[in-house]
Amino acid sequence: MKKIGLAVALLAACSSLAWVAQADTGGMKSLRGAKALDEGTRAPAMYKFNKDEEPIKRNYVQQPPVIPHTIRGYRVDLNSNKCLSCHSWDNYKESGATKVSLTHFNTRGGHALADISPRRYFCLQCHVPQAVTAPLIENEYQSSTEIGR
Amino acid sequence: MGDQPKGLFARYWAMLTTPAKTAMGGILVGGFIAGVVFWGGFNTALEVTNTEEFCISCHEMRDNVYQELKETIHYSNRSGVRATCPDCHVPKEWTYKIIRKIQASKEVWGKITGIVDTPEKFDAHRREMADREWARMKANDSRECRNCHDFQSMDYSEQGRRSVKQHQDALATGQKTCIDCHKGIAHQLPDMKGVEGWD
Repeated sequence: MKKIGLAVALLAACSSLAWVAQADTGGMKSLRGAKALDEGTRAPAMYKFNKDEEPIKRNYVQQPPVIPHTIRGYRVDLNSNKCLSCHSWDNYKESGATKVSLTHFNTRGGHALADISPRRYFCLQCHVPQAVTAPLIENEYQSSTEIGR
Repeated sequence: MGDQPKGLFARYWAMLTTPAKTAMGGILVGGFIAGVVFWGGFNTALEVTNTEEFCISCHEMRDNVYQELKETIHYSNRSGVRATCPDCHVPKEWTYKIIRKIQASKEVWGKITGIVDTPEKFDAHRREMADREWARMKANDSRECRNCHDFQSMDYSEQGRRSVKQHQDALATGQKTCIDCHKGIAHQLPDMKGVEGWD
């Protein structure tokens, strides 16, 4: 009887230990790994933005083209817009950059302005630099043009 | 001739042309030592004003432009080689350095009158100060950039596509100098209205 009691106690202790290890995450896997809330995970390595590349092909219709170069220190604020110092209609020929699309001259109400519309002034809201990274979760995305084929 | 009374001019002339031998030696030796001390002291003091610690001992520099510099590649980068304030703002060559230092004495007046002693006042004067530095760099063909960035040592094969184009087309032909394109690389830009290539 004593032995059985001990065995039961041991079993209970083991299972409770196992339960503690499991229960914190509930077996759930998140992007930060299967760790309890108060446990730290190792920070993922920092990615470096791709350096100078040729313009990158768009993945779908209406996609804002991505930025094929680094943009460290490029400020876009009330005083200056570093992007426009190459990509504006005044400067694109000399710099050899892609010019800003004409759609960016339209206001929300559809009025065409003589220069970039204020709502399109902050380039990095849509256009972003690229880094080589593995997808965090599986992705079966297909562009609409591929589906249409 | 010796007994002949001399005129005032002649007596002074004799006094100046025949100094006592010991006095002459004293003047020479003493003057030499004093020269070494004063010249050395002058240059030492000059070099003290050519350090970053000296620049940021005033809050105008420490709280505005120095904080902006810290975010840029001239302060923070992979290899830890960095530029300090005088590397860009004070010429290395002695003659130009002295000229710049004399011009900079105006900044002492600015400090006393507190012309840029708040961030708001600094921003209000930012364009004026930036214009002055751009003009200086443009006039001396970006000499202070070239103290470190030697055009002869630039390897196009190591540069980005965009850099090669600009450096081959504009810099190599002398059409443009560094500061024409590289504005605001170490500090935040002022309102760029009317600046060529920005407006």
